Amino acid sequence: MGERIYIFKRFERFWHWTQAFLIMFMMLTGFEVHGLYSLFGFEDAVAYHTFAAWALITLWVFAIFWHFTTGEWKQYIPTMDKVDAMMKYYLTGIFTHAEHPFRQTTLTKHNPLQRLAYLGVKLMINPLIWFTGLLYLFYSSWDSWGLSWLSLEWIATFHVIGAFMMLIFFIAHIYLATAGHTPTSHIKAMITGWEETD
Amino acid sequence: MMSIRNTLFLAFCMTGLMLISTIAGANVQPTAVAATDAKAVDKTAPAPDTSNDTKQEKKDSTADHSKFKELQRDFASGPEVTKACLECHTEAAKQVQHTKHWTWEYINPTTKQKLGKKNVINNFCTSVTSNQTFCSACHVGYGWSDDSFDFTKEENVDCVVCHDTTGKYKKLPGLSGHPNYESMEWPPHSGKFRDATDLTKIAQNVGKTSRQTCGGCHFYGGGGNAVKHGDLDNSLVDPGHYLDVHMETEGLNFSCGKCHLSDSHEVTGSRYAPTAVDTKGVLMRGKADGRNPTTCQACHGDRPHKPEHPKLNEHTDKIACQTCHIPEYARGPVATKMTWDWSTAGKLDDKGHRVQVRGSDGRVTYDSKKGDFTYDRYVIPEYVWFNGDIKYTLFGDKVKGKDLVKINEFQGTPGSPDSRIWPIKTFRGKQPYDVGNDTLAIFHTAGKDDSAYWGNYDWEKAIKFGMEAAGMPFSGEYKFVNTEMSWPITHMVAPKADALSCQQCHTKGGRLEGIEGVYIPGRDANPWIDKLGLLIALLALIGVAIHGGIRIYMSKRGE
Repeated sequence: MGERIYIFKRFERFWHWTQAFLIMFMMLTGFEVHGLYSLFGFEDAVAYHTFAAWALITLWVFAIFWHFTTGEWKQYIPTMDKVDAMMKYYLTGIFTHAEHPFRQTTLTKHNPLQRLAYLGVKLMINPLIWFTGLLYLFYSSWDSWGLSWLSLEWIATFHVIGAFMMLIFFIAHIYLATAGHTPTSHIKAMITGWEETD
Repeated sequence: MMSIRNTLFLAFCMTGLMLISTIAGANVQPTAVAATDAKAVDKTAPAPDTSNDTKQEKKDSTADHSKFKELQRDFASGPEVTKACLECHTEAAKQVQHTKHWTWEYINPTTKQKLGKKNVINNFCTSVTSNQTFCSACHVGYGWSDDSFDFTKEENVDCVVCHDTTGKYKKLPGLSGHPNYESMEWPPHSGKFRDATDLTKIAQNVGKTSRQTCGGCHFYGGGGNAVKHGDLDNSLVDPGHYLDVHMETEGLNFSCGKCHLSDSHEVTGSRYAPTAVDTKGVLMRGKADGRNPTTCQACHGDRPHKPEHPKLNEHTDKIACQTCHIPEYARGPVATKMTWDWSTAGKLDDKGHRVQVRGSDGRVTYDSKKGDFTYDRYVIPEYVWFNGDIKYTLFGDKVKGKDLVKINEFQGTPGSPDSRIWPIKTFRGKQPYDVGNDTLAIFHTAGKDDSAYWGNYDWEKAIKFGMEAAGMPFSGEYKFVNTEMSWPITHMVAPKADALSCQQCHTKGGRLEGIEGVYIPGRDANPWIDKLGLLIALLALIGVAIHGGIRIYMSKRGE
């Protein structure tokens, strides 16, 4: 058993799991609103989706505040260093129990692929979803905001594109959570805060 | 703004909960939202208001007409009663003579089409021309049997047909707008007799118009109860809450005139000039802006839903109130007529007598005089974009090459601010047209002469007579053509618990499936984005499954 380091602080874990729950719930209700299946019924699905959206926005206000006051935002500065090593590890090394090319520290808790992926979520997928989602929500105010030229069809379509991107991220994210130094080390770390690093 | 504040407040409460109970807190939210379910049944019935109840009519009135000397006499005819009315109500006949109820004529200011009962052709009994003796049973006048009728003669106005409170006044088809002054067999050949109309009693008991008097014609349009409109039939004389929230006898108990506010005998809310879009909010009393007071918005405004349901109010820019709040028509005990096929008329039995076939509910489904009918109850309306203009196919309009002639067509532009999505009844028929002249045929249905179709079942004679009466040429050759006529659905407003639910439109194959010009979440999607998104998600799943499979396999082998 190797050493243990404390990488995810209490607020970060709370933020992660609340966000995880809300995003799963919003995918569930959102794709129903989109008409892919019927679960809660359209009316309730819309109400839940809207409610979860406001909850997530509130959570985000706190999370952004936390990122900037703690300096944790620096964890997402992209780097190409060791990206190829990570790729190689996921494509071959992982099968042969090769040594994980990345060593976590409290200052660099994400491997370079994680950095890129999370930055992509934060700077591309999330803004796309929030921007289109809020416009969607305030559809009836478009005229008074001088946005009558917008088309609901386009806003909805881009919102759905964002949702699919989130779904695809979600699938990869869940799987790669098992691709730490041990299959459960990332997951344990996200729950307890402590990551085993060999 | 209320809605945003509420939502933000809820979101903050939610976050508070989450902070306390972490993830488990999220389970709270479905209940919090469900508590404001739009479908919650309002059990607080409004206090009964009987001020419009016809039974109370005499108490409301400051005049007891039975005390008037002018009315304490025998009357030989309707016009004599009218003369007596006019002795006091000196201007009444002049007022009536300005209305559509009298002229049966209306020029549409937008399309300039000459409409009104006298001019339009429909796909029920088709046209008034050459059939006035019968049709004028619903004319507010006496004696209109042909073109020689004097529309300026004041005593020709029928006051009591609208102002009777006894329920004993009945103008019978065939009497040119008169009631029977002698005892008369009615219905014809039934062996039953109607007593001579007691004009003195009726004149002494006049009062406000009522559901019974308006309904005397408007519930029976098209030749019988519930036949024509689909949202008007005699079940509205004493409706329950379910059938009509406004007219419910034990509830609001609206008379027709409560919405169809009238001034100088001009009744508002004509089907010939409907108001499809009303964004002006609640109508202030006394405000003379020429608005139609019969719209829902004239009382409810155009943002009528409670602030807890902001999304519902946001629908008013696209959808007429009626679309959600009248989920079906013919919601009463009586089915409405849906189709009428004149082409099968004229089949007689072995003895050459008229045949009538009745359906299980006792209503006639085939009549030698009229052809085949179908009826339906709880009918889901069809939906169209409607801006208030209706274009008619009139006498003389060419119908060549058309498999389907639209008797009238609701105009509207999908998605346009000047149009709303409206529920309509579409009545489908098959009726004769003049092949040579390429126009719909006018035919003579009822009369004692030998050209009336209902007397001798000869289309050629009936059409020739009808066309002549209309001053139109007849080529001598006729065929039958399919026709469609649209009727706005606007009465029989259901309780809110029975209004459409969101999902009835926000789904694939829902109520508004064919409606263009709006993006309806739940119905609409970009098929390529959906396919591509799902495909990539599926590939990602397969990818991680393979990757994970190899990892498991390799680590098993390594053991």
